[in-house]
Amino acid sequence: MEKDILEHRLGVNRRRFLSKLSLGIGSVALGSLLLPDLFSGVKGDDTDFIPGIPNFAPKAKRVIYLFQDGAPSQLESFDYKPKLREMMGQELPPSVRGNQILTGMTSKQTSFPLVGSFYDFKQYGQSGAWVSDLFPHIGKIADDICIINSINTDAINHDPALTFFQTGAQQGNRPSMGSWVSYGLGSENKNLPAFTVLLSKGKGNGQGVYSKLWNNGFLDSIHQGVQFSSSEDPVLYLNDPNGMDRLERRKMLDKLAELNDLSSKEFNDPEINAKIQQYEMAYRMQTAVPEITDISKEPDDIVKLYGPDCLTPGTYAANCLLARKLSENGVRFVQLYHQGWDQHGNLPIEMGGQAKDVDQASAALVTDLKQRGLLDETLVIWGGEFGRTNFSQGKLSKDNYGRDHHPRCFSMWMAGGGIKPGIVYGQSDELGYNIVKDPVHVHDFHATVLNQLGIDHTKLTYKSLGRRYRLTDVAGNVVKGIIA
Amino acid sequence: MKRNIAYIWLVGVVCIVYTIYSCNRFSSAQISAEEIPDTISYNFNIRPILSDKCFKCHGPDAGKRQAGLRLDIPESAYSALKDNPTAHALVPGNLDKSELYQRVSTTDTAQQMPPVNSNLKRLNEYELALIKKWIKQGAKYEKHWAFVPPKSTPVPGVTDKAWPKSPIDNFILAKLEKYNLKPNAEADKERLLKRISFDLNGLPPDLATMDKFMADNSPNAYEKMVDELMARPQYGEKMALHWMDIARYADSHGYQDDNYRTQWPWRDWVIHAYNENMSYKTFITWQLAGDLMPDHTKEQLLATGFNRNHKITEEGGVIDEEYRVSYVTDRTNTFGKAMLGVSLECAHCHDHKYDPFSQKEYYQVFAFFNSVKEVGIESTVGGPETYAKKPLMQISNDDVKNVLKFINKKDTGKLIVSVMGDDTAYRKTYILKRGSYDAHGDSVMPSTPKAILPFNSNYPQNRLGLAKWLFDKENPLTARVYVNQLWQEFFGRGIVKTLGDFGMQGDLPSNPQLLDWLAIDFRDHGWNVKRLVKQIVMSATYRQSAVVSPEKLKADPENIWLARGPRSRLPAEFVRDEVLASSGLLTKTIGGPSVNPYQPPGLWENATSGRGLLASYKQVHGPDLYRRGMYTLIKRTVPPVEMAIFDASNRDQCEVQRLRTNTPLQALLMMNDPTVLEAARVLATKLLQEKSASNEKIYKAFRLIICRKPTDKEMAILTSYYDDQLKSTSKQSADKLINVGEYPIATDVNKQTLAAMMKVVDTIYNLEEAITKT
Repeated sequence: MEKDILEHRLGVNRRRFLSKLSLGIGSVALGSLLLPDLFSGVKGDDTDFIPGIPNFAPKAKRVIYLFQDGAPSQLESFDYKPKLREMMGQELPPSVRGNQILTGMTSKQTSFPLVGSFYDFKQYGQSGAWVSDLFPHIGKIADDICIINSINTDAINHDPALTFFQTGAQQGNRPSMGSWVSYGLGSENKNLPAFTVLLSKGKGNGQGVYSKLWNNGFLDSIHQGVQFSSSEDPVLYLNDPNGMDRLERRKMLDKLAELNDLSSKEFNDPEINAKIQQYEMAYRMQTAVPEITDISKEPDDIVKLYGPDCLTPGTYAANCLLARKLSENGVRFVQLYHQGWDQHGNLPIEMGGQAKDVDQASAALVTDLKQRGLLDETLVIWGGEFGRTNFSQGKLSKDNYGRDHHPRCFSMWMAGGGIKPGIVYGQSDELGYNIVKDPVHVHDFHATVLNQLGIDHTKLTYKSLGRRYRLTDVAGNVVKGIIA
Repeated sequence: MKRNIAYIWLVGVVCIVYTIYSCNRFSSAQISAEEIPDTISYNFNIRPILSDKCFKCHGPDAGKRQAGLRLDIPESAYSALKDNPTAHALVPGNLDKSELYQRVSTTDTAQQMPPVNSNLKRLNEYELALIKKWIKQGAKYEKHWAFVPPKSTPVPGVTDKAWPKSPIDNFILAKLEKYNLKPNAEADKERLLKRISFDLNGLPPDLATMDKFMADNSPNAYEKMVDELMARPQYGEKMALHWMDIARYADSHGYQDDNYRTQWPWRDWVIHAYNENMSYKTFITWQLAGDLMPDHTKEQLLATGFNRNHKITEEGGVIDEEYRVSYVTDRTNTFGKAMLGVSLECAHCHDHKYDPFSQKEYYQVFAFFNSVKEVGIESTVGGPETYAKKPLMQISNDDVKNVLKFINKKDTGKLIVSVMGDDTAYRKTYILKRGSYDAHGDSVMPSTPKAILPFNSNYPQNRLGLAKWLFDKENPLTARVYVNQLWQEFFGRGIVKTLGDFGMQGDLPSNPQLLDWLAIDFRDHGWNVKRLVKQIVMSATYRQSAVVSPEKLKADPENIWLARGPRSRLPAEFVRDEVLASSGLLTKTIGGPSVNPYQPPGLWENATSGRGLLASYKQVHGPDLYRRGMYTLIKRTVPPVEMAIFDASNRDQCEVQRLRTNTPLQALLMMNDPTVLEAARVLATKLLQEKSASNEKIYKAFRLIICRKPTDKEMAILTSYYDDQLKSTSKQSADKLINVGEYPIATDVNKQTLAAMMKVVDTIYNLEEAITKT
């Protein structure tokens, strides 16, 4: 951002602010989030990338990422492997395992008995995609989604694997995907942050999430994910204290602006005007956010679509509905995390409960976006940080088993945002261990998401301490086969 | 022999050019549109261009080198091209024959460098003109400025002889006079006091200090105040904060479940070391190698906790060696960034792309930290026995009574701290191909990057030797890097802006002569930190008013040349301290276990696996609610939100430089955080309990928070607001408003009056100036 343009804008806004003040109208409209770096104290020194301008015409304007934290099993969801049932209890052939490293939880196991899905699978829609009985609602939207059965990652433990999916590196305090998108495209709504985060918890074995996953890394902190909820305080510190109404807040802000302006006149420091603007933005957020996050006024058919849980703040269903509302209002990147997918044992029971919590609402979100004509411009992503082994962790019995972490192949699905609907992409071997067709690495996934947003992943760079960083590090290829 | 002469020649050229030039690559735009200098300097004019645009493929990284061409060293750049032996990249003095110039200046996209698909921009006309003139003048190379030891330069003469109070000022003024800028007048006494209070204690001055200083008209009043503030124990707290970021200190393990650890005695030691004015040399030597010193003391051992502050996994099922290697990697990278100011980590997977550090050299440094008697995963989430990992030291109550008196241990429980300790068997270090923990390449012995300073064979090949190397008189970086870090603490910006990167891709020093003068002076005076601090705050440069005229803002928006005093928003911790101290709520206890003050509900609970002591947030009560910000417990995976919103480090890894942002979330925090609201209520209560007129109360609140007397205009605005609030605040809303925080509500004040006064105080807290060093 050119300094003199900044000066000019600040000057203009100050004058506008003062003239409005004299009329007794306090609000000024300049969303700093529209111009990400405008008010930051420290400037990025990148000269090759101009934030806010896509490299080419985007297909998607916004992303909703339904992250299934803990890693749901692909073998009980979208990767149908009847052979595993046939070979139930037989040893995983060493030739199939190859040199795959095991986690410390199964590396001392002497036997690796194969185990088929406890749940049956059915084919759905015109595409004939196989989906397990745990996800009947997602099955019903099979023709709207693209199932990928060949995702793979480098990491085998939760923390590095989550960090890899979210930041493109297993270690290193890099910016989150949403932060990159916020930096790259800015916000569409001057009253809302470009990157928001929603958390929920299932009943299954959970592994926790970390706010470093939505951290801005070396980017300006304006690109940090802002946690939202459908509770009474939807954004931290949003609510005025008890005993202070909107009129009183307005009065206070008017006095504050008058005082800050005196200081601005004395020091002439642009930061002071920026501060005045930030208070006005905060004031506008106080009005705008509760309106958007209020799900109590949703009509019956919507409540029915998402399921009754959607009226309970903090549930996955409520967060899906909230995600739609935020996205609809121009939030670029809505990141959900639903915890509880780490089924090392007791999988048949635990996974049933997990699936029940997310199946209906995940499908409802896609359906809802579609009926509003928003699915074309909204990219919905559903998936975890890795997959699960085709052999049982611990003892295998007729109706109980567990599955350990498996990075080599697993499933995720995407919908909308210019992704081909009604296809199944990539293929694993008949034991669901290795990929035999069209592998999609995490870097490829990132490159593809950015591509749909109109960003060339090799061009979205930020220079920090001498190096230009990318979400895709030094790798990544756009997966052309899934693009409509 | 020939080589040596060439080297001496090179160094000679550097020193000459170094004293002539001083510019800044990124900020030169304003001063620039710049005429092309008479003599082109490789270091200051050419290398930044080549480094940014060419070295990625034609630089030190042998693995990624294209066409066998290397442009960072003259021998290669002058020699015949591998692709085309009749041509040369550079022919000194001959533009037409210099292929480099032809390729960067052509508009033929098939020929153009950098190539179109590199996503690097074509050189602009100014850059082309520089390269053209450089080649014409003989295309002379120089050794990178930061790798040449600082040379003592005479203090420059200046026209305005009355202004300088310290040699620092001569260096600054010489530059200002060159750019036709005049320094600002000294700041008024009130603002100056606020500035030194925050810079030396991290706290606002109290009323007594303000009154005393304002009444002291003696010529050395300022110096007396500086001495007083530096003698207070809060000086150590203030200085420690910056080091806590560098040392990525936190009392949680960091990964996944992120359970509690008790590393805080190390933090208490840092505060102590600064208060004792330990020399920087001792401070660092103990932290790097206290355990290896002959007959080391418990204090020396505790200091080595520095190298164990990194994250440690407790995630069951991880591969042990993978994590052990990651800890050694973290130490190596931290050493590079914190003490050498270079990005060694870039050579973790391959040769450095910009700086002359090979991957082999990276693992030679790595080898110093690789013999620690540790494992990748020692235990999963557990009880107090897991709050430190081996090697560890136990601190008994006797230790605290006798030798480690600075540790604020309150109970008789077992206290353990992770420290350094090498295995008796030397662990062999291998180059790790692609940085991968299990891809062993050749084995290496401990050593240091030759481009910085070869490792003296008389030094022991362990961390103690590494510390000796660091403080070797010939080490070009150690002193420069530390004085630069401290400079940033006071001026908000380093002389080298990129604190962690003095390498080829880093910024050039804005005032190289000053940097060298400070570095040498610091080194030659026994690495005396307090002396350096005092030198900086006593300078006329530091004492200038922060007012900026439109002309100065235009000429130097980032205040690089320092024609005005520093003005910047306080760091997160001091925002909290300012609020607590001015309201009188602050608990001044130093050190001890980290605490959990108010935090919005659910932040930890919604993000946890449910395991460990930190699965749910247990807020403290009573005086511990009002501890300084630096004592708030940092759970690395969910750091305290009050701090994160104001850009505090999450302590994930070594951080030498925080961002400083200005966001709406900060505004919401200041408006609605119970910490601020409670402080406003408590201060309002105290004022109302005093026998004084309401305007006197407001006047006093303003002084306490803003640290100066309000102007008539400011008083008019605030008193009219108060009068209005007195009328408009209902009993009902007053009851609600004052009901914030755990500090008891006074019964002897009228609630409506209290609510009105509380709103006034709260408004003052929300002023930009309240949380700004001005």
